[in-house]
Amino acid sequence: MSSTADSTTVRPPLISGNQTFSTITQRISEIVEIEVQKTPKAWFIAFGISSSLAGGMGLMIAYLLWEGTGIWGLNQPAGWGWAIVNFVFWVGIGHAGTLISAILFLFRQKWRTSINRFAEAMTIFAVICAGMFPGIHVGRAWVAYWMFPLPNQMDIWPNFRSPLLWDVFAVSTYFTVSCLFWYVGLIPDLATLRDRAKSGIRKVLLGIAALGWRGSNRQWSNYEKAYLILAGLATPLVLSVHTVVSFDFAVGIVPGWHTTIFPPYFVAGAIFSGFAMVMTLAVIARWIYKLEDFITMRHLENMNKIMLLTGMLVGYAYACEFFISWYGGNPYEQSIFINRATGPYAWAYWTMVSCNVLSPQIFWFKKCRTSIPVMFVVSILINIGMWFERFVITVTSLSQDYLPSSWGYYIPTVYDVGIFIGSFGLFLTLFLLFLRFLPMIAIAEVKGVIPEADPHHYDH
Amino acid sequence: MSSTNKAVGILAEFENPSELLKAAAKIRDAGYKKFDCHTPFPVHGLDAAMGIKHSKLGWIVLCGGITGFLVAITMQWWMSAVDYRVVVSGKPLFSFQAFVPITFELTILFSAFATVFGMLALNVLPQFHHPIFYSDSIARATDDAFFLSISAGDPRFRADETRTLLESIGGCNVEYLIPPASAADNEQEDQHS
Repeated sequence: MSSTADSTTVRPPLISGNQTFSTITQRISEIVEIEVQKTPKAWFIAFGISSSLAGGMGLMIAYLLWEGTGIWGLNQPAGWGWAIVNFVFWVGIGHAGTLISAILFLFRQKWRTSINRFAEAMTIFAVICAGMFPGIHVGRAWVAYWMFPLPNQMDIWPNFRSPLLWDVFAVSTYFTVSCLFWYVGLIPDLATLRDRAKSGIRKVLLGIAALGWRGSNRQWSNYEKAYLILAGLATPLVLSVHTVVSFDFAVGIVPGWHTTIFPPYFVAGAIFSGFAMVMTLAVIARWIYKLEDFITMRHLENMNKIMLLTGMLVGYAYACEFFISWYGGNPYEQSIFINRATGPYAWAYWTMVSCNVLSPQIFWFKKCRTSIPVMFVVSILINIGMWFERFVITVTSLSQDYLPSSWGYYIPTVYDVGIFIGSFGLFLTLFLLFLRFLPMIAIAEVKGVIPEADPHHYDH
Repeated sequence: MSSTNKAVGILAEFENPSELLKAAAKIRDAGYKKFDCHTPFPVHGLDAAMGIKHSKLGWIVLCGGITGFLVAITMQWWMSAVDYRVVVSGKPLFSFQAFVPITFELTILFSAFATVFGMLALNVLPQFHHPIFYSDSIARATDDAFFLSISAGDPRFRADETRTLLESIGGCNVEYLIPPASAADNEQEDQHS
């Protein structure tokens, strides 16, 4: 029996602790309604650290803009370094949010309701971090708007045949649609907070944000249709975004990049890394805010199963790349793959394989799949492994392509490392603000999945 | 009673989604048109019980999607093959294959905008003033209460009869929706009389 099925007779209920409609409202709303002084200490400590890191990143970016991309470890031949690695890493993180909110919605996986709101928030913040990197990587960031087809005094237009331009459209569409989807989901919950608000200013602000929502069934009818359509639109969108990101590599003729497996391989990797990040954040949020009744072991176990599956998919892709490079008979392809596994970057390659392919295998055992410390550690290992995957793809191929005379070893500088760590600071700062000020669990949706929400529940 | 004359609607609370579902069907069968239900989450089957037709949103989204598709194709054709003709790696100026990703993205983008703004338009949102908010108890519709409201604009609305009907089908805490200003007037009138 699958634990993703919603047969409540054989499986634990989705929401535990005998929740009623009003206790659900109370438990989730009170987190954002407490007074400033009563905010958990852990929140302030985490916010202090992460906003400092983000501030540090701001200073480094200021220096970068002043001095130029030469402060990074970029060299000839490795013209793409950590900035692009980080871009792909962060876009990938975002994908799990859309998978949970849209694809699992279409598959009628009701267990998603407890985790979709903050997975969507994670998507938006991850895409913000991702979008920053190409912006500062272009060198002259003050003309980053040249990436968009805007009329200009030079009377020229961007090259629509370039995958880099496709990427601009894919990522900005993804960001916009994710924000729309997130906001639409928030409207009923903002109305709940509005109706509970005590102070005048809070009532007015939430009133404006909730748009005058009154829970009317004539509105719910259009609302549910809109939600379904948005899920239907976001599903192909999320698959297209990482496909287009992979085109940045696959359309180039660099060995190790020029392969047709890239789109599905990138999408699987994105979902894999995104779920790992959702897991890391969910375990922490659940612990700080004591949300065990809402984010139950069943939710966590299901996410672990998805990580096991997608981990095997990326493992298959790694193996397939090797097979094709041998079977394809192209000596440059063969040499790059042998170099990846045994060359100067072998340490990065085997870090990637052990984190991404070996570590999730532990989830075959139910005991490990349902152990919080185990899943927390594995989720962090996967985050590390997936970052290394993008590093291996980007850097190994560039540093050793066709001509041995133009080979070079890429070493990051303190600014590469600092800006990457700072991007985690930015991500966590935004995420902590979200946890503090907006309901982290979709109140209306969770009410809809408890047994009392079904009119037939009262027939007996 | 003078206050009921000024009522712009009536609101009744029902115990649970099941009671509301049955009540909505009875109100529909009694011939009322301008009535609505207010629930903390979408209740399954309520659309049919109220006699609401399928949402027309899909058609709006289709128009949005077609617009996005045409905008993307026209933009890329005009910019690459008409206004700024640059041959890149010997490829044709208008090669639709290379334009597929951006066309796809813009189709999705325009459809998503059409979905959200179409939904808001069909729901007449944002709407910060609505007679339903004359009631204090309606705030619980976003928490744990299930309401049915009937507008005084409905041809069948009769302050007393409608109230009796709502009470007979299980409605409790039935109240008239009266604008606050006229409620104050009524109090004054009552005091004078």
